[in-house]
Formats: sequence, structure tokens, C-alpha cells
Amino acid sequence: MTLARDQVTHVAMLARLGLSDEEVERYRQQLDAILAHVDRLQQVDTSQVAETAQIGGLVNAWREDVRGECLPVEKALANAPKRRRDHFEVGAIQE
Amino acid sequence: MSGETVGELGARLRRGETTPGELAAQARSALAALDALHPVLRYTEALTERQAGRAAQMLADSPEQAGPLCGIPFAYKDVLCVEGVETSAGSKILQGFIPPYTGTALARLLDAGAVPVAVTNCDEFAMGSSNENSAFGPVGNPWDPSRVPGGSSGGSAAVVAAGAVPFSLGTDTGGSIRQPASFCGVAGFKPTYGRVSRYGLIAFASSLDQIGPFARRVADAAHVFTAMAGHDPRDSTSSPAPVEPVSEQLGRGVQGMRLGVPREYMAEGLEPGVRTAIAAALAQLEKLGATLVEVSLPSTEAALSTYYIIAPAECSANLARMDGVRFGLHVDRKSLTDTYLETRGQGFGPEVKRRIMLGTYALSSGYYDAYYRQAQKVRTLIAEEFDRAFETVDALVCPTSPIVAFPKGDKSDPLSMYLCDVLTLPVNLAGLPGISIPCGLSEGLPVGLQVIGPRLQDARVLRVAQAYEQATAWHTETPPLPPAVTGTPS
Repeated sequence: MTLARDQVTHVAMLARLGLSDEEVERYRQQLDAILAHVDRLQQVDTSQVAETAQIGGLVNAWREDVRGECLPVEKALANAPKRRRDHFEVGAIQE
Repeated sequence: MSGETVGELGARLRRGETTPGELAAQARSALAALDALHPVLRYTEALTERQAGRAAQMLADSPEQAGPLCGIPFAYKDVLCVEGVETSAGSKILQGFIPPYTGTALARLLDAGAVPVAVTNCDEFAMGSSNENSAFGPVGNPWDPSRVPGGSSGGSAAVVAAGAVPFSLGTDTGGSIRQPASFCGVAGFKPTYGRVSRYGLIAFASSLDQIGPFARRVADAAHVFTAMAGHDPRDSTSSPAPVEPVSEQLGRGVQGMRLGVPREYMAEGLEPGVRTAIAAALAQLEKLGATLVEVSLPSTEAALSTYYIIAPAECSANLARMDGVRFGLHVDRKSLTDTYLETRGQGFGPEVKRRIMLGTYALSSGYYDAYYRQAQKVRTLIAEEFDRAFETVDALVCPTSPIVAFPKGDKSDPLSMYLCDVLTLPVNLAGLPGISIPCGLSEGLPVGLQVIGPRLQDARVLRVAQAYEQATAWHTETPPLPPAVTGTPS
């Protein structure tokens, strides 16, 4: 298969990665080679196999519904690039 | 303290010949002497002092109750959070990030009295096999500074190999503890998935990540593992199973054990020097009374592809949180979308971007079934094959890496770098415990023997490794450091 440029820019947008034209072309070539390699997965017969997401066999981890300690506001905001009062500040989503 | 083990340092502390503060200061100067190799990103300064004081108090209050790690200096990888000490995950996007809390593994070591001294260099977000993906520059291998120390926990492996600290912490998602341990000639242990809490570890691939120790002796790695292991309600994937005491297994040897040698791990692609060293190690285990059995893990070839779908898919989801809003780099743009694009475009390095792209592609509409779902199914097959092998053998023994440490810049093609992990990443996919220990030199560079056990049989893996270690002298080999990077022995 050959990855098209617009597929690369589409994926970059989904991942919110700003890429230069040069990067788009480099990743197009590299991803193409990597995908060609991993495509051998398609040859494995998995028709009778279930998926594994949790290798330890755990199904659910429950805890009592009790109030615990929370990160205090000042600590939670300490690394914020921009804050307004007790909130993280973000740019407008819509003009 | 050059080259001293946890046990030796602990004995000196208890005899009153030294203090935690003195050991920490010695470790610090030994680490500073390694500057040319660049294994350290920063020193923990105030935390070191505070913790050395705490350890001294613990030893004074009750030397019998203070555990084996009390007062022992160590270094940890730049992906583990300690409140108040910068953690940057080897990335520009997190440069200056000060964690507001301490992760469980580190908290347990601090409670045991261990004294952190430095934060070690690593591949950006633990993605890499050579430490060349660190945003802060590569690390040199103490055995040959022109070569890589392995990765992603390259700095942690290098500082132990150079004798600057008796142990360090790394993380292993596809081999990131075992492969650098192999390249640097030290012991590196990846516990069973879920055995050590991941709370406070900056996530790369959450279904694979595991924290573990580097040390120069298996017994030291066992001490560190014991201090960190056990259920943690703050990590919902942490195993609730009780931890089997390692001390009940260590020292019991391998007499009568059945050790499997996976045929596929001894196939072509092994460097001749690695093949020779592994053959000698297997013969040694046989001499110690183990029975060697050839086993087959037919899906090994598919493991690399499986890993390079699952790990990037999880990384693309985990790293979505690097958005420039709550922490880390923020590149201000008019629209929120442009802020995201620029922050992430400028903040992430090439390998991280590559994996985010690969993972996003594998999870995107139309490709999910063919890539991600299929990879999760093949993962089941890989795990089942290991399970079947463990029905007839107690543990598996094989090379850690098909090659020894390679020159910096040698693997600039991403796929050739990925192939380095072919013997370690199946273990992560199956969630098994695995260790690498030194088993020889190939043209002056260390070769690692990997021991793999069934899930939760961490103690058995350590037992086999220690039996080999005690019968051989490879763990006593030290790198021929040039004068410029040699620490002053105490």
C-alpha cells in the first residue's frame, strides 16, 4: 500500500500535530515502510481468538464510594501556563 | 562508593562507618564525574538532603527495623513523579513540569529510607531503544562512549554500570529496562505487569508499562522490587494478588528446574558474539542442574508488528493530555486548534510524533479493525503461547537482545531501531516478568541473558538469575572508563 499525503495530513489533524511540509513527506515515507511491515499481522488467523486489553486478567477494579482526598486547587493549577482565578484558561473554541 | 552493592553499603551504614548524607554526597560526585556521558538530567538537591536526614533518623531509631535500602542512594528515570522535583519525560513539552504529587513506587522507596540523588536521562516519553530520542541529548555507554547505552532507560543503566549508584529505577514498555541492562552489563528487572503500581509514572502505553530496578546484583534488584511491589488502589490495573516473598526463592538454585529455550529467539539475526555467550550461559545453567528444553513460540515474528500497533495506539491516546492547557509547553495562538497544533508540533520530538501518527492512524475510522483489533487478538495468541510453554517449563532463558550496544547514529531508520526490541517486547505483550543479567562480553561489549517467568512468578525469575550470577563472574566486570568519566572511588 502507499500512503497518500492527504492521509498523513488528515491523521496529523486528528492528532492535533502541527507538521511542516517537509515533516509530512518524511512521515509519509516512514509510516508507509512501518505499515508495510506491520501488515503481516493480517496473515495471522484470528477468527477464533478474543482480543486482549488487560493482560493481568482483571475485569473491574471497584472501590467504596467514599469521598477521598483531592489535589488542592493551588497544586492542581501550579503548572498551568495560563490561569484565571481558580481555573485553567483556554482560548475561545468559537469566535 | 564506586561499585559497591546495596548489601555492602548497608553494612557500612550499620557499622557507623558512613552516613546516608555522606553516601549521597559521594554518589553525587561520582555522577557528576560522568557528565561527559550525559546520563543525568538533574540532581534532586533538597529532596536528597531531606531524605538523607530521614534515613539517618530511621537508622538511629531502629537499625534492626530499617530495611536493606535505608540510607542507600539511587537515581530514577525522568518519567517518575516526585512532588516538587522536575520531571520532563525527556521532552521539551514537559520541560519545567513540577509534579504536584509523588508516585507510589517512589513513595514506597522513600518510606524504605532510600535516598534519591539524581533524575536520569531517557528517550522522550520512554520511546526508543538507544536513548538518542531524548530532547536533552543522547547518553554514552560507559563501556564505549561512542556507543548507545540502549533505551529507553539509558541513563539509569549507565549510572549503575559506571558504579556511581548501586541501583536505579527505569521503566519497561517493550524492553526499556532489559535491553539497556544488557547493553551496559548490569541486572535489569521488569516485574509482572501490574505488580508495581504505575501511579505517578508518566504513561506511554498503559497496558504494557512497568516500573523496575537496575542493579549490579540480582539480590539488590530483588530488594528494590520487594520495596515497590504490591497492590495500590490508585492504579486500577495493579494486581491484587499477594506478593510472594522473594527471600523464599533466592538462593535455592536451579537444580531440577526445567528451563525452556525458545527456538525462535535463537534464530538467525543473533550476532555471533551474542550466540556464543548465550550458548555458554545455557551450558552453565545445565551444569547447575537445570534441564534445558527447546520450546516454540510461533507467533514471535508477529509480536513486533503487534507491539508497534498497540504501543503507538495507547501512546496517541495517553499523550493527548499534552495540550498546553494544564501543564507543560504552551504556544499561544489565536484559535484553540492552532494552539494545540503549534504546542504539540513544537513540543514533541520526531519519534514521539511518529508514534502518535502511527497510533492515530491505527485507531482511525476504517483502520481500527484491521490494525488495532487484529493486534489485540494476536496479543492473545502470543500470551497463550507463553502460557502453553510454562505448562512444561519453569522459566524461559534466551538472549535479551540479538545485538550488543551499537554506535550512536547507527540506526537512523525507525524500523531498524524497532527491530532491536524483538526479543524483549513479546514479554510485555504477555505481561510476564523478565530480567536481563550480564552473561559475557562480545568484543569488549556486554551481552545479556534474559530469564522470563510466568505471570506473578517474579521471585522465580530472580532465583534463576541469581543462581546463574553466583556461578559466574560476569557481573563483576566493570567498564573500562576513560579517566575523564571515572568517579573517585571512596
